[in-house]
Amino acid sequence: MNKNKEKLLNSRYRAEKRFQFYGKSAIFLALLFLTIFIFKIFSTGYTAFQKTWLIVPVTFDAETMYLDENPSKEDLKDADYFDLALQTMFDLDKSASEKQQNDLKRMVSYFFEREIKRELLNDPSLIGKTKDVYLTASDDLDQVFKGNYPRDLPEDQRRVTDYQLKIFDQLVEQGRVESKFNLSFFTYPDSREAELAGIASSFMGSIFSILVCLVIAFPVAVLAAIYLEEFAPKNRFTDFIEVNINNLAAVPSIVFGLLGLGILLAVFQLPRSTPLVGGITLSLMTLPTIIIACRASLKAVPPSIREAALAMGASKMQTTMHHTVPLSMPGTLSGTIIGLAQALGETAPLILIGMVAFVNTIPGSPLDPAASLPVQIYIWAESAERGFVEKVSACIMVLLGFLIIMNLFAQIIRHKFEKKWS
Amino acid sequence: MNLVIFIFIVLLGFTSYYFGRKKAYSIQATNTRLTALPQFYGYYLAIWCAIPAFIIYSLWAIFEPSIVKLIILSDYSNQGYLDDELNLIYEKTKSLSRGQFSGEITPYLETSAEKYLNLRSIAQNSKVVLILAIIIASIVYGYKRISSNNRTREPVEKFLNAVLFTASLAAILTTIGIVFSLIFQTIDFFKVIPLFDFIFGTHWYPAKAFVRDASEPLDPSMYSDTFGAVPIFAGTFFIALIAMCVAIPIGLMSGIYLAEYASTKVRQYAKPLIEILAGIPTVVYGFFAALTVGPFLKDIGTAMGLEVSAESALAAGGVMGIMIIPFISSLSDDVITSVPQGLRDGSYAMGATKSETIKKVIFPAALPGIVGSILLGVSRAVGETMIVVMASGLAANLTFNPLESTSTITAQIVVILIGDQAFGDPKTQAAFALGMTLFLVTLSLNIFALRVVKKYREKYE
Repeated sequence: MNKNKEKLLNSRYRAEKRFQFYGKSAIFLALLFLTIFIFKIFSTGYTAFQKTWLIVPVTFDAETMYLDENPSKEDLKDADYFDLALQTMFDLDKSASEKQQNDLKRMVSYFFEREIKRELLNDPSLIGKTKDVYLTASDDLDQVFKGNYPRDLPEDQRRVTDYQLKIFDQLVEQGRVESKFNLSFFTYPDSREAELAGIASSFMGSIFSILVCLVIAFPVAVLAAIYLEEFAPKNRFTDFIEVNINNLAAVPSIVFGLLGLGILLAVFQLPRSTPLVGGITLSLMTLPTIIIACRASLKAVPPSIREAALAMGASKMQTTMHHTVPLSMPGTLSGTIIGLAQALGETAPLILIGMVAFVNTIPGSPLDPAASLPVQIYIWAESAERGFVEKVSACIMVLLGFLIIMNLFAQIIRHKFEKKWS
Repeated sequence: MNLVIFIFIVLLGFTSYYFGRKKAYSIQATNTRLTALPQFYGYYLAIWCAIPAFIIYSLWAIFEPSIVKLIILSDYSNQGYLDDELNLIYEKTKSLSRGQFSGEITPYLETSAEKYLNLRSIAQNSKVVLILAIIIASIVYGYKRISSNNRTREPVEKFLNAVLFTASLAAILTTIGIVFSLIFQTIDFFKVIPLFDFIFGTHWYPAKAFVRDASEPLDPSMYSDTFGAVPIFAGTFFIALIAMCVAIPIGLMSGIYLAEYASTKVRQYAKPLIEILAGIPTVVYGFFAALTVGPFLKDIGTAMGLEVSAESALAAGGVMGIMIIPFISSLSDDVITSVPQGLRDGSYAMGATKSETIKKVIFPAALPGIVGSILLGVSRAVGETMIVVMASGLAANLTFNPLESTSTITAQIVVILIGDQAFGDPKTQAAFALGMTLFLVTLSLNIFALRVVKKYREKYE
């Protein structure tokens, strides 16, 4: 009898241990996912912040550029650099066949002409002289140099030819290949060529969308929250508004994309693919989030504040605007920032309103076509070229960086400025 | 030009505030008692100055383009053009008047363009005149009211109240906007495709709807067996199911552990860390699923002799499950913490262990709330777009093999609407019909879940 009891007790304790173990492993799993996730993004992405350059000696021969003697600055600007640039690449291997010459040309980005031109415009006295010029390596060589590209594949299965590799290895030996910080990733717009693609256009697109979103959503949401929390009579209509807000907060984001497409583009004829439409769509999406946050922080202001103001003879409107609202601002602001962070990461609605179009200019206003950072991630992730994989991860790092900064900012505002009522 | 008018109105509003306040002080100087604080005089005048002008300004901006278009196209009205052709003519006219037109310039078009420019300048001038007139009239009226020391606080506060009320309508307007944007296209869609075929058809090939000459009338028989939504409903359900298989055990167990076992220190760090998972944009999850999880599963499958598609439902569903973990864990954490302590104490007093208490007392008590949180998670899973678009297939296969690719409602909407859309085409309308379905499904899930959670809260609070 006693033995049985002990057995039962032991099995019950074991069950207790097991249950605790399940709980611990659940948390461990969730955190493991997070770690793998972040590790994966960083390990594939950090190389994108480096860019491979070929240092090639360029002989600025006036004849190859079809220039007269003593060309003016204007002449230099209008000159044809293409043949000079081609010649530069061909000079790397003077015995190259025509097919090999083509390979040589493809070792650098198609900006090579522009890069040589920039060099000469910086220093016109170079004419007739030879100088080492940094040329952007093609994205395949870039990947080879970073070790992301297997070299031992058979030649017909990789995009770099044996010949290109041979020349490239020679250049490496001569110290003519250099890896430097990839500034163009931040300053160039999107491009079909991975080595020239940057996030400037989508970054500006995101900034404009978020600004439009802020300008529309913040005032409307704050005013609506003030009305619902402070002024609204308790009746069926305000109940209906409240139910609406709660439901809107849970409507899938893609439905807002359909709203943008069906109403903003089709009915109001706003320009497609622009941050303006994107921002309006996102603002409708973040509206409920901000309203809910603002109402919560209005609710947290103790009634004694309102009563004191009313007792001093302030009107209801003055009480609200001079006392309640300012006191609720820290909570409202941090809620707004969190809502904007959500909007910043949103992709699906922006795809539907056409912000997925290929844009290779940097937008200057919310009315120019643009992409946004998450959409840029989607566009690059869908493209087949190997060079884009690290770009996607790097773009994700930039996006996550922004989200972290925004969330930290929201935390700081909340902790620093919010009054604790005890 | 429009911007100049706008800035002008705003500046005028600000200056009139100071004029109003100054007037109040001058009234005060004559030893008359003011009816309100001086700034209310300012607000009063500013509102009178800016708001009527601003209303006219916005109405004008909304209606001017369509009226101009009507006048221009009235020249072409009895020549038997179709609506689309008329729109094209109008677009051509506009770009010609801007001097950006590259195409054949017919004399007709030229006269239209001239007329267009003419109309625009007339409209612009009359707008300026009208707005100036209104500003002057309303300022004079407002100033008179102030000078005779009428009440100013009440009207100003009434106005503010009206503004607040209008803002609170935004939520309703958004809902109405969603319903309107979906409903017309959906009705048009069901005019061509019978509702029955949509709900019970088993073939979904929207690409087939492309092969149509726009000038020919619609032939509904062409679309039989094209828009049968069963495969995508099944795919949506299936991927959501996989996601919940990942999210429920992990989310629920971590919720329980955090609420019942974890020390304050663990809770303090683990909870926000898990919630980071909810803050990561879904496109990032999609990339992760497509780049890492999909190929990983494929490798494992090949090693085990299974055929695994690189874009499998399992990869998309699994990653989606990870995304939903924090929703379920924090909600169930909240729900479990709000179970009254008395229930726990009673159970302990009877000699139950902690896990027995949780399993037999707390869990049943918290069940409605937990069900609510799971339903909210399901509604997330059903509405999730980017993970499926990037990690699962885009072709709608009717399959329940997690290793094959399937498609969902959201993914199909993106597939159909990415790129250029032609409104009035059954294919585009199909996307809106799917959107409507999605909206209704998630809406009912949410309403139901919120109701369950609310009922539960009322029980214990």
